[in-house]
Amino acid sequence: MEKILEVQDLHVRFTTYGGTVQAVRGVDFHIHKGETLAIVGESGCGKSVTSNAIMRLIPNPPGKITKGKVLFKGQDLTKLTEKKMRSIRGVDISMIFQDPMTALNPTLTIGTQLVEGLKQHRKVSDSIAMKKALEMMQLVGIPNPEERMKQYPHQFSGGMRQRIVIAIALICEPELLIADEPTTALDVTIQAQILELFEKIQEVTGVSIILITHDLGVVAKIADRIAVMYAGKIIETGTKREIFYQPQHPYTQGLLNSVPRLDTKGKLQPINGTPPDLFSPPLGCPFTSRCPLAMEVCNKVYPDSTRLSDSHAVDCWLQDERAKKLLATMVTNKR
Amino acid sequence: MKSNQHPHHIAAKEQIHDDWFRWREKDKSEQEQVSRPSLSYWKDAWRRLRKNKLAMLGLVFLIVLIIMAIFGPILSPYEVNKGVLSDQYQAPSSEHWFGTDSHGRDVFTRTWYGARISLFVGFMAALIDVTIGIVWGGISGYKGGRTDNIMMRIIEILYGLPYLLVVILLLVVLGPSLSTIIVALTVTGWVGMARIVRGQVMQIKNYEYVLASKSFGTKTSRIIRRNLLPNTMGPIIVQMTLTVPSAIFAEAFLSFIGLGIQAPYASWGVMANDSLGAILSGNWWTLFFPAFFISFTMFAFNVLGDGLQDALDPKLRK
Amino acid sequence: MLRYILKRLLIMILTLWIIITLTFVLMTSIPGSPFTSDQTSNETVQQNLEKHYNLDKPKYMQYLLYLKSIVTLDFGPSIKQPNQTVNDLLGRGFPISFELGIVTVIVAVISGITLGVLAALRHNGIIDYLAMGIAVLGISIPNFILATLLIQKLAVDWEIFPVATWASPMHMVLPVLALATGPMAIIARLTRSTMLEVLTQDYIKMARAKGLAPWKIIIKHALRNALMPVITIMGTLLAGILTGTFVIEQIFAIPGMGKYFVESINHRDYPVIMGTTVFYSAFLIIMLFLVDIAYGFVDPRIKVTKKEGE
Ligand SMILES: Nc1ncnc2c1ncn2[C@@H]1O[C@H](COP(=O)(O)OP(=O)(O)O)[C@@H](O)[C@H]1O
Ligand code: SF4
Ligand SMILES: [Mg+2]
Repeated sequence: MEKILEVQDLHVRFTTYGGTVQAVRGVDFHIHKGETLAIVGESGCGKSVTSNAIMRLIPNPPGKITKGKVLFKGQDLTKLTEKKMRSIRGVDISMIFQDPMTALNPTLTIGTQLVEGLKQHRKVSDSIAMKKALEMMQLVGIPNPEERMKQYPHQFSGGMRQRIVIAIALICEPELLIADEPTTALDVTIQAQILELFEKIQEVTGVSIILITHDLGVVAKIADRIAVMYAGKIIETGTKREIFYQPQHPYTQGLLNSVPRLDTKGKLQPINGTPPDLFSPPLGCPFTSRCPLAMEVCNKVYPDSTRLSDSHAVDCWLQDERAKKLLATMVTNKR
Repeated sequence: MKSNQHPHHIAAKEQIHDDWFRWREKDKSEQEQVSRPSLSYWKDAWRRLRKNKLAMLGLVFLIVLIIMAIFGPILSPYEVNKGVLSDQYQAPSSEHWFGTDSHGRDVFTRTWYGARISLFVGFMAALIDVTIGIVWGGISGYKGGRTDNIMMRIIEILYGLPYLLVVILLLVVLGPSLSTIIVALTVTGWVGMARIVRGQVMQIKNYEYVLASKSFGTKTSRIIRRNLLPNTMGPIIVQMTLTVPSAIFAEAFLSFIGLGIQAPYASWGVMANDSLGAILSGNWWTLFFPAFFISFTMFAFNVLGDGLQDALDPKLRK
Repeated sequence: MLRYILKRLLIMILTLWIIITLTFVLMTSIPGSPFTSDQTSNETVQQNLEKHYNLDKPKYMQYLLYLKSIVTLDFGPSIKQPNQTVNDLLGRGFPISFELGIVTVIVAVISGITLGVLAALRHNGIIDYLAMGIAVLGISIPNFILATLLIQKLAVDWEIFPVATWASPMHMVLPVLALATGPMAIIARLTRSTMLEVLTQDYIKMARAKGLAPWKIIIKHALRNALMPVITIMGTLLAGILTGTFVIEQIFAIPGMGKYFVESINHRDYPVIMGTTVFYSAFLIIMLFLVDIAYGFVDPRIKVTKKEGE
């Protein structure tokens, strides 16, 4: 399968009055054509910064991509001029933001905001732009599109607004859609509708989707592969099956235990503690202070990535032979 | 801390000892590190304010001004309103630090005397505004419903009245004096404060309601004391720092159109107005000192108000 | 929208009524009536006054007839200037004051917005500090002090501009500068802070994610939203500029309504004070109303009433 996007060793820093925030610290992942990749992790772990970095939308100052590559169809986006980058934004890669209540400009009509991108990138006539906009409105499931195009954002509900945001993102037929917590601000029932919409869109247009969320429940429905993020790093990646049924990283296991599921009845266990301060992230595994299986080595050295299958990789010292011995002794001791 | 930023400090694979593979003891210090000590609201605000150099400049200036307003006239050997005509228009010298005016009066003495008046007018106006504002806004916000509706409509109408024109009208009728000026300035001045207080009260009510419904129990009063009260005090304090200079400006403005404070008082506005003609004849100091102090006082309050706003804004808290 | 306009209209009428009533109550409560002969020695003036204020009629009739005279735009006679009415003074002075005011508003709005936008776009840069420095000074230095400074330096010392009066565009420069600096500073600060806030909004990020050009984002998406708060303070600024003309006209010897007004205050020419206050208040209140309506047209949340989608 063709890799449409590949992120290699991405580092992002913010220079603030309080010090330097190392928000993203060496992230690697890729996404294939027509696939849905979910990036999951607690709030503040660097998911939004990662997606903004792909789009080169990190505010500078204070933020900067200090290292790494973002290869979109083989082309390194971090090296492009701002002008070239603008011709990619909204055309090849689109983005959807968390809060549909604030993502639309309150003073412009929906129609204006819909066709704006199309008119900028493809020099089309008004009538063609309008036709395309109507098509998109229908695709995302907005009734009476002709009439609603003339209305303002405040005349729409949250769910409807998110549908419009999706329509805006798709109007230039991008190959990659980055959705940053697209359902977090919505009611549960509407969340489900929006997720269904994503599935439908992927079917119709074949777009690749990076779905960012802190909620594994959302992922379960539509992701093909999952990348788990913690303190600015991706600590485990795998197919949906691998992550849900053979999670290897204690953090991934913790996340799964804190999500209501059908097979683990009762017992919901939130992960204790808080993530480390990204002003001075620890040398070793950042999960050490919260990890129930932490060893002395964890605090000292960051674990290398261990490949478990073509698709499954994990950064954890428990994969080391010596740790496996230690685990075995613990199990026998318990007996 | 610095070394963390350089990955080459991480030990190479060979350096990893086998005996590091043992379970890790949780040490206390680490866990405490997780919950950073939260500074108290006021300490935090003060720390932020102190970093703002302009605001601190304003604060220091105002403190010095207040001290001089109290002690300046006492220290000076001259009287405020008694001048020696033969000493008319003396340039600043070791005898008359700020020179003398058309009546031979010592400008230095009159400047501090003027500070008294200006600061008194400013602070009294702010104080009365706050008092009325808290009562009106408090009742309006607390009662809510119809009462609130009516009280807010009244405010809306008063807000539309041209402030200085009403003040002028009142002073024409009441005759200008220290107390009538303060009264006139506060007749419509409290409206802004009442709006702010109302907003804050409604917020507190909201929190109380939320907290009560979630039965947080004993924590409620603590939360109100620790978080809410300081947060609601912020906007009120900021509004006060803006009321004082606008009252000082209004007083000076009124002096200019002949409705200023009458002798024996000497406000900065009166001094400036009296010396308008004088500067054209080269006696710049008679205008310079009152003008400088009016402007710098306004400046000081403005930058202090800005600084306080930034320092007290809970949104910016990290 | 119609509801909004009607509500504003009602508030405007109430405010107007309050100010008219207030002037009447205050003036008639002045000890030893402001309209009696110790204020004037002139027979005809006395007669004019009695006629205009219906001093022979009972109080409530005086009030009603006063209301009527104001509604018909008759602001009464002057005491100190025989055979002059407030309307005469307004006819002569107001056009000049209006000219001064309008030029000031235009200068203040254009320069204030420009300065604020530049400062926000170069946040924490040199332009930002410079603009905010100018703004803080502009807010701190009262217009009458600025006016005297300008006269002293630019007119007397350097002789670039004429000292006073109102004859040519050159005569306008200094008074407009003195009057516009304060409002300009306020607009600049407000524009900067709202612009900074708007620039962090999601819809700006969204516009960038669409690949729009920066200037398009600023003009189409940011500026419009950032300027809405500026519209809301226009009423207050207009009031400030209007009262500012009182002192500025006095200092620059401009024969506008403000100058007549200050003279009437100094001479305690009560009918003129009263008439001018009512006229100016009405002017401001109507301006405030128009500003509110303008705001309604710019803000779609007021222009279009909400219709739920789901
Ligand atoms: N503009 C910024 N300035 C400073 N720090 C930032 C900025 N944006 C994000 N960060 C920091 O980067 C880290 C990751 O943030 P983010 O990617 O938004 O997390 P999330 O996973 O919840 O989307 C956080 O610690 C945050 O404080
Ligand atoms: S490396 Fe160590 S601390 Fe980190 S997750 Fe694995 S076992 Fe836990
Ligand atoms: Mg996020």
